[in-house]
Amino acid sequence: MGLPNASGDLSTEVEVDAFRRLFPLRFYEKHLLESIRPDARPLGRARETTIALGAVASANGSALAKIGSTTMLAAIKMEVMTPSLETPDEGCIAIDFHMPPICSPIVRPGRPAEAAPVVAKQLSDTILSSGMINLKELSLVSGKAAWMAYLDIYCLDADGALFDTALLSAVAAFSHLEIPVVSLNDDGKIVLSEEQGLSDREPVNKEKRKINLSSVPFSLTCVLHKNYILADPTAEEESIMDTIVTVVLDSSSQLVSLQKPGGTVLAYTSAIQDCIALTRQRVKELQKILEEAISGMEVD
Amino acid sequence: MEVDREDGRSQNQLRPLACSRNILHRAHGSASWSQDTKVLAAVYGPKAGTKKNENPEKACIEVIWKPKTGQIGKPEKEYEMILKRTLESVCILTVNPNTTTSIIVQVVNDDGALLPSAINAACMALVDAGIPMKHLAVAVCCCVAKSGYVILDPTKLEEQKMKAFAYLVFPNSVHSVLPEGSLRVEGEPIENGIITSVTHGIMSVDDYFYCLERGRAASVKLSDFLRRNLQQQSTDSSKAG
Repeated sequence: MGLPNASGDLSTEVEVDAFRRLFPLRFYEKHLLESIRPDARPLGRARETTIALGAVASANGSALAKIGSTTMLAAIKMEVMTPSLETPDEGCIAIDFHMPPICSPIVRPGRPAEAAPVVAKQLSDTILSSGMINLKELSLVSGKAAWMAYLDIYCLDADGALFDTALLSAVAAFSHLEIPVVSLNDDGKIVLSEEQGLSDREPVNKEKRKINLSSVPFSLTCVLHKNYILADPTAEEESIMDTIVTVVLDSSSQLVSLQKPGGTVLAYTSAIQDCIALTRQRVKELQKILEEAISGMEVD
Repeated sequence: MEVDREDGRSQNQLRPLACSRNILHRAHGSASWSQDTKVLAAVYGPKAGTKKNENPEKACIEVIWKPKTGQIGKPEKEYEMILKRTLESVCILTVNPNTTTSIIVQVVNDDGALLPSAINAACMALVDAGIPMKHLAVAVCCCVAKSGYVILDPTKLEEQKMKAFAYLVFPNSVHSVLPEGSLRVEGEPIENGIITSVTHGIMSVDDYFYCLERGRAASVKLSDFLRRNLQQQSTDSSKAG
């Protein structure tokens, strides 16, 4: 079946859309032969990425990240709690990922998305095992008080590469996080400090400080189809080609995680090496984008 | 490099394997897999109809993971998703379209390498139920220690102490009458391809490739064990019949 003439009247446009719906795989393969995708991206390029810090004013740290159409809003709230007995000098981070019905037509209030708990667990594992945050920095008074950071990520638009965007928004929110000033009151409890000059209590930490991030993880999801590797798939590409590989590298090129949950295409060593090489490139791009967003905030 | 493991095994030594099929009589297929970690898998299907968002032109696989204790939470959902996608890539889905095959995995004992044991048990249960498959999925677990050496089949303590571990699933090794060259893809034999890979913890990229090598060698040994196990049980049942 020849590809319909693109420069035509309405009837040929309808043919292209119908072909795309009826024979999605053949539609994609015609494009892959020319090493391009329907949205005119070359195979190894990710979609346009933007980060906006401070999207939620009431949260201690927040960020809105967009990769193409996939949009994630991350917000961090800090709360004081007693640390556990095994780790009296460490705070705690609780990560949760939500996919509300706004993000996709297949998610309804009574029908939660299958991807949500999986992405939440993978995010949790990646952020905690990457060592990005030293939990000892979240400690206030050893054995008595420490910070608990609640990170909530909301998916506002699900268009493929959910894990990548969620991780990026989480990392951006942590880089925007400012730990509030607290002081010890007469009962020995920690309370949020009021404005300067009003309180005669000694603050526990002098000023709002940012948290130190070391070895920040960045990820790239690729889809394998026959001999092609497509970086940063859209939701349509993910549903047609079912072999998905997600590689997470940190800033020192250590492998934080490599997930390939099944899929019809078997990954040989060369495919894995290509995915890792694409991820290395992507890490550099994302680092630049994050640094620009942070320096943009500081100018304000 | 010699390494001391608490139970005295060498680096590449797997724990003793035991696998038995047809242990549950109401299920259409069942298997139990134990290498200290013990997992029971049962298969019901194919049943008519598919779930709402699934493609009705193919068979659908549904996995239910039951932990040993506690409520079902996010880790169980993640295991279900990984198991489902792995088994979907192993089964021939076009043979029975618009059907659902349910696989229930029950953890009996968790002593390290839980997901690989579950994948192995589920494959054997599918064989017992007679579900058509392209090949078996052979799963191994490799652990990377701080100094860079890789050990196979860790216990739960070793998994927690080591800096990283990887669960790897390969197709089973092929005994074929065709000449060797014709079965190679990109110069590598089919059983070198990875079906599934799940890693946890930070390791260097070279460590990961080293794990892949060790995992492939272990999967060949496991494939031989599975082949012997399946041939033996099929001759037993033909004698009984």
